[in-house]
Amino acid sequence: MSGASPQSPAQAIVIGASAGAVQALLAILPALPASFPLPVLVVVHVPPDRDNVMVPLLQTKCRLIVKEAEDKEPVVGGTIYFAPSDYHLLVEADGSLSLSTDEPVNYSRPSIDVLFESAADAFGEGLVGAILTGANHDGAAGLKALAEAGGVAIVEDPAAAHSQAMPLSALEACPTAAVMTLDAIASYLSSLGTAR
Amino acid sequence: MPEAVVDLEIQLLLEALYQRYHYDFRHYARASIKRRLVQARDQLGYATISAMQDRVLHDASMLPRLLDYLTVQVSEMFRDPTYFRALREKVLPHLKTYPSLKVWIAGSSTGEEVYSLAILFKEEGLYDRTLFYATDINPEALAAAEAGVYALDRIRKFTENHQKSGGRSSLSDYYTAAYGRAVFDKSLRERVVFSDHSLVTDAVFAEMHLISCRNVMIYFDRPLQDRAIGLFRDSLARKGFLGLGSKESLRFSAHAGGFSDFVPGEKIYQRREP
Repeated sequence: MSGASPQSPAQAIVIGASAGAVQALLAILPALPASFPLPVLVVVHVPPDRDNVMVPLLQTKCRLIVKEAEDKEPVVGGTIYFAPSDYHLLVEADGSLSLSTDEPVNYSRPSIDVLFESAADAFGEGLVGAILTGANHDGAAGLKALAEAGGVAIVEDPAAAHSQAMPLSALEACPTAAVMTLDAIASYLSSLGTAR
Repeated sequence: MPEAVVDLEIQLLLEALYQRYHYDFRHYARASIKRRLVQARDQLGYATISAMQDRVLHDASMLPRLLDYLTVQVSEMFRDPTYFRALREKVLPHLKTYPSLKVWIAGSSTGEEVYSLAILFKEEGLYDRTLFYATDINPEALAAAEAGVYALDRIRKFTENHQKSGGRSSLSDYYTAAYGRAVFDKSLRERVVFSDHSLVTDAVFAEMHLISCRNVMIYFDRPLQDRAIGLFRDSLARKGFLGLGSKESLRFSAHAGGFSDFVPGEKIYQRREP
């Protein structure tokens, strides 16, 4: 459960980012190859009244399908799903997605913890999760749950992050997580699901 | 404790709630139910969900506390102001042609949407000919809805939403502020019937011109969504309207053919004639 070497084939990726998310995600998601076989689920903190601007932006930059997650849709490989603003995004045991308007967690809706914890339940050791830049501590409990379920935990190198509070909290909660730069995360994720 | 055991405990608890009290959460989207029950277990101080089940089976006074975790959603007045603007500008002009109207707020929770619609109908001159049904499965939420008292610190957001919805009056016309609370005027609920009704187990009870049920379907699994949407279709008058939450859709529903898009961006549908 530690380091970046999955015990079993990866089934899904989860990513959480807050302040500085745009640049961080631009360094990772466009790098994923067109043949990337896994689904990628992303929570970015955005103000509740605003539409998620990440989706149209990344659609123009990525080789994969980028979309806002819809309630009860099955996750499909090679697709990047973003949580809609003002909704939590959760993964059901059958691998479908659901949304909720439950109260904010860590003052956030969507919350990274909510996605990571439910995804850890659904995918167990088949899950790879990364906590990127951010100025709060959302995602720390989620990354810990992911690691405890046998998944691969990754944290953006706090020293290089735009905002280091979120990576630092994640590392504190989950000290076994692999610390990587954005470039290293991009190449590690790109290698997943290819012939090994 | 292994997650598989927690999942089994949850399944058993939901079965127990159904058999003992006829509250049926068995077809609610499970990931969210799990979060809530784990939260209930931790906050109410139980070592396991099984221990919580033991308590609720033998002590009915535990039920309301558990229902609060399982059902209550946080809403706002005029949440998604563009939805209310679409009702105001596109749907209400149709409703004005009817001599009397029935509106159903399904899953009314603590009443924010009920008061929003009552104010909208007053502003548009339709209130006096409308009967509103506000239904929920949680008796405490229904009581709170009927009381119409909200924390004063929420009013700024409500007011902002109301203005964005195209409000023709001032929200402050409708409440009295006292001791940190806003008490909404009882004239807003003169024509509201608050009632216990379950989309899971209950049936059609009146013929509606508008049903507003927002951010309830997302808590249901697909089969239960289909049941609820079927119930709405059967409850609607000819060419009646159905409003769903901004991230809800009939697209994947077994009853999609029973409705046409009326205001697609706002998830407002109209019953299609067979």
